[in-house]
Amino acid sequence: MTGALYDTLVAPFAGFAFMQRALVGSLMLSVSACPVGVFLMLRRMSLTGDAMAHAILPGAAAGFLLYGLRIVPMTVGGLVAGIVVALGAGAVARMTIQKEDASLAAFYLISLALGVLMVSLRGSSVDLMHVLFGTVLALNDDALTLIGLVAAVTLAALGLFWRALVAECLDPLFLRTVSRLGSPVHFVFLGLVVLNLVAGFQALGTLLSVGLMILPAAAARFWTQRVEMMCLCAIAIGLASSLSGLLLSYHAALPSGPAIILSAGAAYLASLIAGPRGALMPRRRRAAHRTA
Amino acid sequence: MSEACITFGDLTLGYDGHPAVHHLSGTVRRGSLTTVVGGNGAGKSTLMKGIAGLLKPMAGTCAVASGVSLAYLPQLSELDRSFPARVVDLVALGLWPRRGLLGRHRAEDRKAVSDALSAVGLEGFGRRTIDTLSGGQLQRALFARVLVQDAALILLDEPFNAVDSRTVADLIALIERWHGESRTVMVVVHDLGLVRGHFPEALLLARRPVAWGDARETLSPENLLRARQYQEAWDENAPWCEPDGGHGHAHGHLHTHIRDGGAPRLAGGRGAA
Repeated sequence: MTGALYDTLVAPFAGFAFMQRALVGSLMLSVSACPVGVFLMLRRMSLTGDAMAHAILPGAAAGFLLYGLRIVPMTVGGLVAGIVVALGAGAVARMTIQKEDASLAAFYLISLALGVLMVSLRGSSVDLMHVLFGTVLALNDDALTLIGLVAAVTLAALGLFWRALVAECLDPLFLRTVSRLGSPVHFVFLGLVVLNLVAGFQALGTLLSVGLMILPAAAARFWTQRVEMMCLCAIAIGLASSLSGLLLSYHAALPSGPAIILSAGAAYLASLIAGPRGALMPRRRRAAHRTA
Repeated sequence: MSEACITFGDLTLGYDGHPAVHHLSGTVRRGSLTTVVGGNGAGKSTLMKGIAGLLKPMAGTCAVASGVSLAYLPQLSELDRSFPARVVDLVALGLWPRRGLLGRHRAEDRKAVSDALSAVGLEGFGRRTIDTLSGGQLQRALFARVLVQDAALILLDEPFNAVDSRTVADLIALIERWHGESRTVMVVVHDLGLVRGHFPEALLLARRPVAWGDARETLSPENLLRARQYQEAWDENAPWCEPDGGHGHAHGHLHTHIRDGGAPRLAGGRGAA
C-alpha cells in the first residue's frame, strides 16, 4: 500500500530531475499568479487576463524570431509587448470616452495578429505550439530563476499595495478622494498580471498561463467571503492542481500544461458543486433560517 | 467674519464645454452648515465634485483652505457591493487619511470603527458582508466611514435618498453633531422642508447661484420661482461665454441661455455673482 502510494506520488519526482524542476516551477507560479488572479476576478477583469495572455505573444515571437527558443529574449519581448498593451489600453480608457474592455480588445487583437504573423515568418508549427502551449517539463535554470524572481516581486508588490488594491476594487471613487494612488495602483496591478503571464508562458505557454491565474481564483470564490482567505485558498488550489497535473501527465503520458490547467478546472467544478457558496449549498440551506 | 473654508472665485464647472455651475463666487465659512438646493441638473453634484477635487474648474477657482481634510460622500457611489468585504472593512477605509497605505491599524483605530458603527446604529453589523445590507443600512455604514475619516470639511451629496424617516432623523442628528464640533458641512438636499427645519444656511443653485444665505430667506417663493426660470436645456449652439457678455472664447465654455436674461441677485450676502 505504502509502496504503491510512493510509486504514484513520490517516485516520479524523486527519480527525474525534469519532474522536480517542473514541480518547483509550477508551485512557485501558483504562489505568485493565484492571488493576482483573485484580484483580476474581483475587479471583473477575468477575461482581461486572457486578453493580456494573447497580447504578450508578439513580444515573445519577436524574441523567438531574433534569437530562437531562448528564455531571456522571449521573456523580455513578452514583457515589453504586455506592458505596451496594458499601458496603451489603460491610457485610452482614462483619456478618451472609450472603456477599458474595448480599448484592451483593440490593442490585444492587433498584438495577437502581429504575433502570429511574426511566428509564421520564421517558425514551423512546432515552434508556434511551443510559444502557445509551453513545456513545463523542459524548464531550465534560467526559467526557474525567472519564475522565482517574478514570484518574489509579485508577493512584495501585493504586500505593499494590498490596502490600495482592496480600496480600488471596493470603492474606487473613495480612493480618489483620499489618495492619488488610484491610477498608479491600477497600472502596478496590470504590470503584475503581465509579469506573471510572462513567467508562466515558458511552463504553460502564452495561452494556458492565464489558466493557473484564473481557475484557482474562480474556484476559491465559492469557498470564502474574505479576500485574504480567498488568496490563500486560490494558492492552495493552484498548488494541488500543479502537483496533480504533473502526476497525471507522468502516469498517463499527457502533455503537462493542459494536465495542470485541467486539474485546476476540475477543482473549479468541484468547488462550484461543493463549495459553501457554490451552486448546491445555498439551495440546501434555504429552509433553515435564524429568527433575526 | 469667520475664516473661509472654501473660496469660490467666479467658478465655472462643467462637461464638454458646457457649464453645469456657472460663475459662482463667495465663501463657505469654517464651521458652517450649508445645504445646496436646486432642481435636477442645477449643478449641485457638480459643485460637490469640484470641491472634492474630482472635477477641474473650466474657469475661475475653487480653493479649499490649506490643511483642511475632506470627506466626500457621493450621490452615485462607485462602491462594488459584490466585493467580499465586511461592514468593518468598508468603514475601516475611513482610516486611510490617518494610516495611509502602510500604517498598521491599531487598537484605537479598531475602537474608532466600532464607535462609528455604534453611532450610526449598526452595532453588531460589523461582521456582516456588505452585499447583505439594505439601502438604509449601507448609507449608515457610509456615514460611519465619514465619522472615522474625522475630516474638517464634510461633503454629503443627497445622503437622504431612498432612506426611511427614522434613518433620516438619525443622519441629521449626526450632521448636527458634526456642526456642533465646528466641522464645515455641505449637504445636497432635495426636501425643502428638511432644509427649512434643520439647516441654518442654504445655497440655491440653478446652474448659476440664485441665492445664498439664511435657509428660510434663500428658499423664499421669489427665489424658488427665479430658480425655476433658468432653463435646464443643453444648448449645443449656445454662444461662448465672456465676462462682458460678448462672444468669443474667453473662458472656453458655452454660455447658458437664461430666460429672464438677468444676472442672479444673491439674497444672503455670502457670495456675489
